[in-house]
Amino acid sequence: MTVAPPRPVPPRRREHPSISQRAYAERTVKTLTRRKVVNSVMVGLTWVAAVLATLPLLFILFYLLKKGATSLTPAFFTQMPKPIGESGGGMANAIIGTMILVGIATCIGLPIGIGAGLYLAEHKGTKLATIVRFLSDVLNGLPSIVMGIFAWQFIVRPMGHFSAIAGGIALGAMMIPMVTRTTEEMVRLVPTSLREAALALGYTRWRTSLVIVLRTAAAGIVTGALVAIARIAGETAPLFFTALGNQFSSTSLNEPIAALPLQIFHYAISPYDSAHALAWAGAVVLIGLVLIVSIAARFATRARFGNAAD
Amino acid sequence: MTSSVAPPTSDLTAPPGGLAARLEVAGVGDRIYTTVITGFAASIPLLLVFIAVAVGVAAWPALHQFGFSFLTSSTWDPVHGIFGAAPALYGTLVSSILALIIATPLAIGVAIYLSEFAPAWLRQPVSFLVDLLAAVPSVVYGLWGIFVLIPLLRDYVVPFFKDTLRLGSTPLFSGPSYGPSMLAAGIILAIMVLPYISAVSREVLLAVPRAQREAALALGATRWETIWGAVLPYARSGIIGGVILGLGRALGETMAVTMVIGNRHEISASLLAPGYTMASLIANQFTEATGDLHLSALMAVGFTLFVLTLIVNALARWLVWRVSRGPMP
Repeated sequence: MTVAPPRPVPPRRREHPSISQRAYAERTVKTLTRRKVVNSVMVGLTWVAAVLATLPLLFILFYLLKKGATSLTPAFFTQMPKPIGESGGGMANAIIGTMILVGIATCIGLPIGIGAGLYLAEHKGTKLATIVRFLSDVLNGLPSIVMGIFAWQFIVRPMGHFSAIAGGIALGAMMIPMVTRTTEEMVRLVPTSLREAALALGYTRWRTSLVIVLRTAAAGIVTGALVAIARIAGETAPLFFTALGNQFSSTSLNEPIAALPLQIFHYAISPYDSAHALAWAGAVVLIGLVLIVSIAARFATRARFGNAAD
Repeated sequence: MTSSVAPPTSDLTAPPGGLAARLEVAGVGDRIYTTVITGFAASIPLLLVFIAVAVGVAAWPALHQFGFSFLTSSTWDPVHGIFGAAPALYGTLVSSILALIIATPLAIGVAIYLSEFAPAWLRQPVSFLVDLLAAVPSVVYGLWGIFVLIPLLRDYVVPFFKDTLRLGSTPLFSGPSYGPSMLAAGIILAIMVLPYISAVSREVLLAVPRAQREAALALGATRWETIWGAVLPYARSGIIGGVILGLGRALGETMAVTMVIGNRHEISASLLAPGYTMASLIANQFTEATGDLHLSALMAVGFTLFVLTLIVNALARWLVWRVSRGPMP
């Protein structure tokens, strides 16, 4: 071991670190302050982002109500459109047309979507399930206009004319992936024990699935289906190439048919104020439908609802 | 399949008949059921194949005649039958990228706020309001764009950029502003893709393990440093997936864009100039297309859009899945 250090050394030692310690401490306080400031600024910015992101919806709703509410008279729902440029009139034919189109779409999209969803939930691990799950997400993100030109090429062109049925099929095809994914998620929530109990009681597999499992998941599936319906009811682009629109009242599936979104579009780009007023009123109806369904859906499945609109 | 299975006595809806008959019915029923739902499931890949084939076949004459110049030429002349979709391709890309530049920081900001800072009672309502943006029909956005957003841009925002910030001489803000423009389309698209990016980002952020945050906090990191250093890197590929998903939506969005972009088939560097996107080109000209070649050219635009969105969507889903649902095989 070495001898104790000579006297002059300890003071130097004591002095030296104490200086650097002070500098260090000062620097630390400075960085700490800076870090705290950065922290508060960034936290504040996320707060601002949250406010900014909720503003557009409120802004849109505000204008819809301001401009559309006055035109939302009983006549809007019961009368036919007047020749363009004349004031008054309603969108009765478009409302009926949209109902018919959505009806056809639901008849196609719902059974196929639920069936495919059941497959995905019951055959989780298979190769087909993986592919279908992935592709249904991809299909979900496909632009609706692509679905429109597909339906035109596939149905309208061979038939030789635009028709309600073609519009319904295009919308139905869009509905399939949405319903599929909701059904899958809802069916997966059904406890395995329930399925096993039914099978143990001698239920066949298909009856277990259709009677026990599907009924248990029904609330969720209906909710998902309603959200999908609200979604396709507002679709415009595919109808351009299929249902086309109609100034007259038609309920024939083989004829072009009017639809609310199409009518809103035509009125919006027309130069007449009266038409604009009707467009705003139509938009209120459309968004009212979407809002009611979304809010109802949210309350119906409050437990697991992260993506009401997705 | 033993014969000792006792038929359930409480099952009143069971088909009549002896055990053998029931088993037979059961087997047939199960087989039918499995076939039907497998068929329904297989209809989704089939639908995609059908779309690709139908649109591809219709697009073939134009693609065959113009080849690669279809994507690079900017002549769109139905009268002489010369078609090049470069301006539409350009408009699609520029409006979508503009939308992402506006929407991404906002969307990630909301997602961080909702997953990290929001008080519990605010979390659900705010995410609901943001999600609801995705449910607003595109034509309603278009209507709002024509009558509210465009006047707002023309009267306040553009003068602000041009006069107050003196950006009028830069290429981005040069030229007169009539209203319908690339800028309006970008802003509308930003609002429309915001909910997609924020929903995916939120889910991915919530999927980041708590331990990840706690470890960073325990080391003395501030909350922001925790997010920046420990949470965001973990969620990065999922968030990128969400952004690309938003890109897919923006690329194919039709109605709202058609209503506000001005529909002019020209490439202009200025954001204030009107433009075209692939989707709005199809929507605008389809019903008026006269010649077969014109129609085929529009189909070719549709096919390009289809391929583009297919790639973008597949990429996005793959990225999101890698984070939140385990690796894809």
